[in-house]
Parts: sequence; structure tokens; C-alpha cells
Amino acid sequence: MPESLLAVHDLHAWYGESHVLHGVDFDIRSGETVTLLGRNGAGKTTTLKSVMGIVSRRRGSVRLEGRELIGLPSNRIARLGLAFCPEERGIFASLTVEENLRLPPTVRAGGLGVDAIYELFPNLKERLRAGGTTLSGGEQQMLAIGRILRTGARLLLLDEPTEGLAPVIVQQIGATLRRLKQEGFTVLLVEQNFRFAATVADRHYVMEHGRVVDMIPNAELEANMTKLHDYLGV
Amino acid sequence: MTIFGVPTQALFGQLLIGLINGAFYALLSLGLSVIFGLLNIINFTHGAQYMMGAFAAYFLLNWAGLGYWWALLVAPVAVAITGIALERTTLKRLYQLDHLYGLLLTFGFALIIQGLFRHQYGSSGLPYAMPAELAGGRNLGFMFLPNYRAWVIVFSLAVCLTTWYVIERTRLGSYLRAATENPSLVQAFGINVPRMITLTYGFGVGLAALAGVLAAPIYQVNPLMGADLIIVVFAVVVIGGLGSIMGSIVTGFGLGVVEGFTKVFYPEASNTVIFVIMAVVLLLRPAGLFGRAS
Repeated sequence: MPESLLAVHDLHAWYGESHVLHGVDFDIRSGETVTLLGRNGAGKTTTLKSVMGIVSRRRGSVRLEGRELIGLPSNRIARLGLAFCPEERGIFASLTVEENLRLPPTVRAGGLGVDAIYELFPNLKERLRAGGTTLSGGEQQMLAIGRILRTGARLLLLDEPTEGLAPVIVQQIGATLRRLKQEGFTVLLVEQNFRFAATVADRHYVMEHGRVVDMIPNAELEANMTKLHDYLGV
Repeated sequence: MTIFGVPTQALFGQLLIGLINGAFYALLSLGLSVIFGLLNIINFTHGAQYMMGAFAAYFLLNWAGLGYWWALLVAPVAVAITGIALERTTLKRLYQLDHLYGLLLTFGFALIIQGLFRHQYGSSGLPYAMPAELAGGRNLGFMFLPNYRAWVIVFSLAVCLTTWYVIERTRLGSYLRAATENPSLVQAFGINVPRMITLTYGFGVGLAALAGVLAAPIYQVNPLMGADLIIVVFAVVVIGGLGSIMGSIVTGFGLGVVEGFTKVFYPEASNTVIFVIMAVVLLLRPAGLFGRAS
């Protein structure tokens, strides 16, 4: 069995006094696309933010290639090759599209060039001088994904990249994720839409009440449909 | 020759005074804006730090024999270092709290610093000679322009515009703008935001100290020189819009000139005109003339 790229063990996290994660366990191998599925409030976003170090009050273990990240601030974690795309996209209004795209510093060699990103998302190239938040929701999502592909990070944490987007844009993002997999990126994806998740992922972790309660390989998704409907309440 | 019944000599004289005051308003409100944008703290110590800049120039001359041009370089750095120490030890604990806590703490520091200097040096003011290179002046025909005052206006304008350029047009500035909007995301991209905050505070304080050095030959070096000025500067910041870089510069110079002209046309109002404008702006555009409504 290949070594995990990311191994999360007994991860607890708090927002202020509120205990949100109660011992999350999962792992991702290099080159995999893995989703976290679950209802609203199950702790999916908090898990991403805790891995990334954005939620600072956390305990347990998050190892990247064996190296413990739990005590590090988020800027140090990013420098080790993790990149985060937040649910609200985090496009900066006071920066142009191009400044947004070039904002995240290069953390290591091997990132996509700016031209490759324009090739993935041609819309961006036409709006470089525009203010970041003048883009449509779909374009902002492309910008939010595009800018972290530049940095050379190998492990991408994407929080609901398809939320609220038109089907044609969702398809484009799906195609992008499959392309990233071909290029060797490892992706941890939070999704509400498991039908979309099924088109891009190798495995699915199901979260409930701040814990991972199940793991379903993508090949066995159909066979587990009843169980999944139960988990997600759909 | 007269304009609106006022001798041109008096008019241009007040315009010059207005531009000089405006140069200090602009430098100081610029520093306040940069600090507020990133730190979320209203830096009431700013006036005291301006005064420390003037005193640093005075100390450099009288203790180390370093003149004005050295002071212009060394004093802002030295005062910025004291600011950085202040930020590291105390201010950084307040970022998550309401503005009021930062305001109270920095106001307290201002009183302590001014008190210490007044205890040591009295309140009558110490002379600081202007550099020999800038002594004298030139007759422009319609008015007499002292060289040093022309230098203060040109230099502070250059510093303001350079600061604007760096913040609005460079990569470093894009980090700063982004961190003002969403510091935790910028940090998650791998940027050391806490260090950037510390250096930004140091930079804003350095601008105040630079203004202090510029002011020393004009107003003398006085422990309370910042206490009077800072109240007006806060009004300037409110009018321009807290956090707006260009707003600070334009409003600073603009209000200096307005104040100067008020002295010509209605001298009784010259001390209050800025506050009247502030009240009107707050009523009509609470975010300030250049501020983004939140």
C-alpha cells in the first residue's frame, strides 16, 4: 500500500468555546481525488480549515508525508505545499483579476504557468484589469481555483467549488478537476452534490457530527446508494 | 492687486500656509489610514510619534552631531522601531477586540509619552535650525516663497504619492490590500501576515516621525506639538474616509488649503472649518469622501 500523502488522525477543532470536530480520521494518497461528503454542519469545511491551520484551536494529528502540521501557523503549512480554495471563494475586491491570480506566492516548483491557467479558464484572460469581484460567480470560482494552481502546491483543498453555479460551469469545473488529476495533483474536495463528486473522485469519506463515519470507494457508490441517501438526507 | 477684495499677497501667503499644513495632514492621515486598514486599530499615539520624530532629529543633532539630512533618514527608522516594539508587546493582543480598546490603549500611550517628554523638556519648545541648503527663499513676483517650505510641500507630496503607488500598484501592495480584506486567507496562501502587520505599523509610525522631522525647523520641537495637530488629523481622516489611501492624500492637502483660505475670508472660522466640514460629511456620506461604504 502506498504511503499516505496526508494522514489525519483524531482531529479535534473548536470555534471559540464550541467543539466542532470530535476526532476526524482519514487519509489521502498521492494523486487521489477524495471527497468529504455530509450534511450541513457535519464539519467538512472545518476539517479543511483545520488541516490548513486557519482554525487555530485544534488538536490531534495532521501529517503531510509524515511531517506533523498541527502546531504550525497556516502560512507555514501553505509553504509545505497545501493550498486552500474557500467556499466563499475569497476573491479580493480591491485587487484586479490579474492581481488576484498572482497573489498566492509560489511555494515550490511545478505549478501551472499563467498561460496554462488561461487555457483552462479562457474567461479570465479577457478580464485581467477588472476588479476581482466584478466577475460572475462562475468566473470568480475559476479565479479562486486558478490562482492556487500557480503556486506549485501538490495538495489542493477545495471547499464546495460547484456551489450555486450553473450546470455548464459545474461541468467545466469537473473537467478541470479530472485534468488536475491527470497532472498529478492530489485533491481533497468538500461537496454537497455527490452526483458531481462521483464524476471526479476516487473515494468518498462521509462525515457526521464532526467525525468521519464511513468511507465509500467511488466504484462502490452505486451499491451504497441507499446508505448514502440516509447519510445525506437526500 | 486684489482678488475678491483681498490682496493677492495675503491670499498666496495663506495658500502656502495651507499647503504646508496640508502636507502634514496628508502624511499623518496617510499613516493612520494604512494602520487602520490592516490593524483595525485607530492609532491615537500617532501625534506623539510625530513629536518623537521631531525630538529624534533634535537628539541626533545635539548628541550625535548628525544634521537634518541624516535625521530625515534615521529618525523615522528609530521611531518606527519603538512603534514595532509597541505593536509586538501590546497592540497585537487587541486585534480581535472592538476598535475602542485599541483607541484607549494608544491614547494612553500618547498621554504617557507626551507626559514624559514634557517632564524632561518643558513645554516651551526647543529650536531646531533649518538646513543651510534650504535657507532663504525666492521672490516669485506675486509672493515670497521660502525654500524650506517649498521643500516640505514637494517632499511630502512625493512621499505620499510613492506610498500610494506602492500600495495600489505593486505586488507588495496587493498583499497589503488583500490582507486588509481577508487576513486569514492571505496567511493561508503562505504569507506571514503577522509580520506584515508589524512592519505596516512600523511604516505608518515612520511616516508620522518623518512628518515630525519636516516640522521641526518650522514649528520648533515641542512635547505637545502632536497633541494639537492629531485632533485635526483625525477630522481629516474621517472626511477622507478611514482606510482610503488617495483619500488621505487629497483630503489632507485640500483641507489644509481650505483652512488657509478661511483665514483670509472669515478668520473667526479658521480653527473650526475642518470640524464643520467633518460634521457635514458625516451627515451626507458617513463613509467619507473617498471611503468605501461597508
